[in-house]
Amino acid sequence: MNFYGLVDGTEASLKKYLGSLSGVDQVGADARAAMLATRSIKTTSKRWAIDTAITMVDLTTLEGADTPGKVKALCTKAVRPDPTDSTVPSVGAVCVYNDMVEIARTHLDLIGGQHVGVAAVSTAFPSGRASMAVKIQDTKDAVNAGASEIDMVIDRGAFLSGRYIEVFDEIVKIREVCGTKAHLKVIFETGELVTYDNVRKASFLAMAAGADFIKTSTGKVAPAATAPVVLVMLEAVRDFYAMTQVRIGVKPAGGIRNTKDAIKQLVLVNETAGPEWLKPSLFRIGASALLNDLLMQRMKMDDGYYASPQYVTID
Amino acid sequence: MSNRIDVKKTYKLFINGAFPRTESGRTYEVKNAKGVFIANPCLASRKDLKDAVVAARAAQHGWNKATAYNKGQILYRLAEMLEGRRAQFVDEIVTVTGVSKAKAEKEVTDSVDRLVWYAGWTDKISSLSGALNPVAGPYYNFTIPESMGVIAAIAPETPSLLGLIDSIAPIIVGGNTVVVLASTKAPLSAISFAEVIATSDVPAGVINILTGKKDEITPWMASHMDIDGLDISGLGAKKHAEVKTAGTENLKRIYSFKSADPGRILAFMENKTVWHPIGL
Repeated sequence: MNFYGLVDGTEASLKKYLGSLSGVDQVGADARAAMLATRSIKTTSKRWAIDTAITMVDLTTLEGADTPGKVKALCTKAVRPDPTDSTVPSVGAVCVYNDMVEIARTHLDLIGGQHVGVAAVSTAFPSGRASMAVKIQDTKDAVNAGASEIDMVIDRGAFLSGRYIEVFDEIVKIREVCGTKAHLKVIFETGELVTYDNVRKASFLAMAAGADFIKTSTGKVAPAATAPVVLVMLEAVRDFYAMTQVRIGVKPAGGIRNTKDAIKQLVLVNETAGPEWLKPSLFRIGASALLNDLLMQRMKMDDGYYASPQYVTID
Repeated sequence: MSNRIDVKKTYKLFINGAFPRTESGRTYEVKNAKGVFIANPCLASRKDLKDAVVAARAAQHGWNKATAYNKGQILYRLAEMLEGRRAQFVDEIVTVTGVSKAKAEKEVTDSVDRLVWYAGWTDKISSLSGALNPVAGPYYNFTIPESMGVIAAIAPETPSLLGLIDSIAPIIVGGNTVVVLASTKAPLSAISFAEVIATSDVPAGVINILTGKKDEITPWMASHMDIDGLDISGLGAKKHAEVKTAGTENLKRIYSFKSADPGRILAFMENKTVWHPIGL
């Protein structure tokens, strides 16, 4: 593997590559994100943004209490978010635990949801604390069960201790398991990475190692997808594109609960990475409650009066 | 002579346990009976109503789950706090409406007593309206009144304090949460009553108070899909038909009342029937 010619797989080359990155101006990133959050998106633009956001949702259920029934209901909602309105587009994918992948894939195919992907969280999600053999088997299980996207977590302990090569090798190995069958999304758990510099470093590390997407969080740790963190990651994919001519996707997850938050994310994408990223193949939003709010806002735009949560499904 | 600069009160809304200004930035003038300027309260907008309903909806489950005993204590606490600030309320009523001090005193006394009266109903209403129904089988069959959800209310213009209490208390006694539009001409008592609520252990979002124009806000209340019932006691009779028409679209229960009685509590409750097997 040539890793885009950026590193040759040795620790020395990785250190040199990561060492060449510029630092992040924290105050500047916070201010820029706050400024972009003040943009007002109304009428036809809002309508477009709502529909676009729906196609970008990775509809997620990652609970210990998940059952096949709940996953099937989620898949049904993913294909046809509003049963009373066929103009609502399907979401990007459903995101479930490994053992639910087969149930989700089978059910989606059954109800005409071939176009909706199944994302599986692998590699001992959400902590990432397991042996490499277990992580590889975990990923193989998911790919064999029909997952088209693998959301892996990095070993934050190794990353924060400066053992970057371990994190790098791990991503490379999981990438090999995914092969051509599945996209790889690498989760950083930015709430545990402490600084924006670390977020930028992790982004470049994961992209060079072969990630198709970089993802903020598991949704199990707060803070999750804050606007400045997403901004730093979007700048990273933009800079990476300038270096390699390859576009890597970004997936914020966790804490994006309403339409306003989702539209703020789209503004960040447009103004940072650029409009090329405004499509589900390059930008996804990991969420569960968000979809209902998007649907309610859509109803409000159509009907002219405020909608009620009683008119959308609970999960 | 004092050199102090006047410390004037800012009249704000009461939404989700906090005192925000209207997001619209609009205000209107309140004048007393002689036309003298008194205050600039908020002119609530549609978005303020939306925010209040979101808060009321979020608070409803918790308030409904609170025991009748606990609800009663909290309503009684409202009466205690109102009693403690009696002078301020008397003063505001006199200033705005121009009635005599004795008449204002009576309104405040009646308001405190009314709250105590409603507080007593929390653990009695289900005995009054509920029933053990005779059924032809080995079952107990109970009917009990349960809360309806989020209720909006238009408080009458006068009496501004007592009318407000009649618009709020019966609704929350039944486990509902409420968004109330205060008297337009005399909103000062309502805003001060929000301060009473804020110090009475009423959970945030259970009572939300807006100030503004009835003609503007009532149609939004009627068409809002997430408001389950509407008390239009404070709305002129000419407007009733229009509001009821708008409310049928979303099956909203719309009532108006002339007096304080248990029926006012039950209007915004729904009967639930439970079958319980008796050992065979």
